[in-house]
Amino acid sequence: MDFTFAEQQIAFRDAVRKFLIIEAAPEMLREIWETKSGRSRELRCKLADQGLTAISVPETYGGIGLGDLDWILLQVELGYYAIPDSLSDTAYLASWLLEHLPADLALKREWLPRIAAGTARIAVGHPVNLLVADAELADLILLWHDDEIHGVTASDVKLTPQVSIDASRRLYAIEWSPSARTRLCSAKQGAGLWQQVLNRGALALAAQLLGLAQRMVDLGVDYAAQRKQFGKPVGAFQAVKHQLADVAVKIEFTKPVLFRAAYAVDRDLDDAAIQVSHAKLAAGDAARLAARNALQAHGAMGYTWEADLQMFMKRAWALDAAWGDRGFHKQRVADAIFADGAELGPGSTFN
Amino acid sequence: MRLEYTGPQKRFRLEVREWLAAHVPKATLPSFDTEVGFAEHRAWEASLAQGRFSAVTWPEAFGGRGCGLIEWLIFEEEYWRSSAPLRVNQNGIFLLAPTLMEFGTEAQKQRFLPKMATGEEIWAQGWSEPGAGSDMAAIRCTAQRDGDHYVINGQKTWSTRAVWADWLFGLFRSEPGSQRHHGLTFVLLPLKLPGITIRPIKQLNGLAGFAEIFFDNVRVPVENRLGDEGAGWNIAMATAGFERGLMLRSPGRFQQTAKLLVKLYQQNRERADADPAIRDAVMRSWMGAEAYTLATYRTACRLNKGAKIGAEASTNKIFWSELDLLMHETAMQILGPQGELMARSPEPADPGNGYSWLDGFLFSQAGPIYAGTNEIQRNIIAERMLGLPRA
Repeated sequence: MDFTFAEQQIAFRDAVRKFLIIEAAPEMLREIWETKSGRSRELRCKLADQGLTAISVPETYGGIGLGDLDWILLQVELGYYAIPDSLSDTAYLASWLLEHLPADLALKREWLPRIAAGTARIAVGHPVNLLVADAELADLILLWHDDEIHGVTASDVKLTPQVSIDASRRLYAIEWSPSARTRLCSAKQGAGLWQQVLNRGALALAAQLLGLAQRMVDLGVDYAAQRKQFGKPVGAFQAVKHQLADVAVKIEFTKPVLFRAAYAVDRDLDDAAIQVSHAKLAAGDAARLAARNALQAHGAMGYTWEADLQMFMKRAWALDAAWGDRGFHKQRVADAIFADGAELGPGSTFN
Repeated sequence: MRLEYTGPQKRFRLEVREWLAAHVPKATLPSFDTEVGFAEHRAWEASLAQGRFSAVTWPEAFGGRGCGLIEWLIFEEEYWRSSAPLRVNQNGIFLLAPTLMEFGTEAQKQRFLPKMATGEEIWAQGWSEPGAGSDMAAIRCTAQRDGDHYVINGQKTWSTRAVWADWLFGLFRSEPGSQRHHGLTFVLLPLKLPGITIRPIKQLNGLAGFAEIFFDNVRVPVENRLGDEGAGWNIAMATAGFERGLMLRSPGRFQQTAKLLVKLYQQNRERADADPAIRDAVMRSWMGAEAYTLATYRTACRLNKGAKIGAEASTNKIFWSELDLLMHETAMQILGPQGELMARSPEPADPGNGYSWLDGFLFSQAGPIYAGTNEIQRNIIAERMLGLPRA
């Protein structure tokens, strides 16, 4: 039993953290919000320089060939810094999906090296999501059609931009016609792959939500320690302290659930779906409570455009319902624990 | 990361499971907060000790098996899974023993641990006083040095198991006029000494689960002091740290409750589903118990790799006590009008499948209070983990 990360995994996380502190500062997020595309070519290049676009791509295609457990700590950081980029969709989800397509080597040879090099953006349209994120800038859009997997380009489809409360999310309604030309994989083979992409999409967001929750607590603590009323920092009052402590409790008990889910996905365990749903629910709870209580700690400042907190709150509110909303994930948990003969209770955790 | 048991760990689980299946009393014992129940639970401790299962993490010399933390978790899982009796000596085995191992002399370990393992000596705790609850540093009970003895005067209260226990451990003010956490000494003393008066306190369930203890010139030999004179506060706090936080409530307990709750819900769908919030609460209960289990395994693994656990341990107490409330409140809702009926009531016939939800519900009300109130834990989290300013 080893429920810890390897030293290299921690070191990679630390390096990415150092990089994002500088490259994803709140001022930069605001700048990118104002741009039409909502994306920065410069940031994407820097992410690639850090090796982040190459993580999942197999070494034979020019990548690093790492897995879900290597990603999970990085995803937490992507959430903590609320990076305005579709890195995860391209380098984690699309990369995995393309690699696992039935042997269409030409397609893999075309796209996987570009993902690794950071020169391709790939959007993923899963039916659990109402809209497709980052479809307009995407060089390739992978779409679901009755469990088949299709690949299209932005010029093949009609995109209608939708406006999210999180200005760094760029969402599109998509109208398109599946055809033999766009089909990459049959429904028979696609069903399982889509299921796995769904688990990875939800896992990535669970991690990002955990990072967001931590960021919001940190912002709440910073503010409450500085802002004075009645002659002392408001953070010295128990009513404020306890609200932030409650978030800390949720965060502490989300971490192991998230890491176990990542392990289950990485090892392709039978119970991966329920572990992921549990993680997504726990992280969403932590992030929503963090948003509410950090806002409260900020007082009226928390309700302003000026305070940085808004960027992280809005991301959290949006991601909570993406890649499966609460109802969806609760149903998956219910299906597992209320099933006839479900093995529950002491001793059933690691099977 | 590798979330699997080793072969020896799997075999250990089977060994524990088989032993418990053969030895756990078939009938539920009376509460250990009754005289008869206390004696029966003491006998069960002796039985456990015969199988060398009463303190698996202790060195073999003291009656243990020298097990690591993962084996301890496995043992606890099997223990709760088997619906074995509650541990009447948990104050000793899980709270005092780690402190003794760290701060006790060799002679003290030899003297106290083996009899603790067999249940021959059952321990009560003596922290709180009428004026020192959450504010434990306000302790006023004195231990005045008189040659090779301490003379103890004052009053302790909320002393768990003290009505029928044999020994007490606690903090006493040994330096006259000392303030707060200075001048306190950690003392072990037999509860049968002259000058000790024990007054049982009835709990919500009508049983005397704790007591007030009055000390009137009680003479205790100096060799019963744990650690240095005046160092009591640090000794109490050192092991109030993680090891103890971990051992106080093992995850198996909550997983077993969650499992029984799922069963109760499934047996009463018609009544329960009239309120959709119940299904949600059952699911949150299961997820909470699972999260607590995973968090404990993660902490055990980190400790095994030499990590130090700091203030984040305070999140544990809040998490399990609130989870326990959620589970029992949910069960009471599912039971509806049956919920208020006590176990000795003729109706209904065991709605809890062998578990008294009402007893558990009552006990769950104490969780956010004992072992440091949840408000104190939140202060610790806010100040030491998050770095918020002190009041």
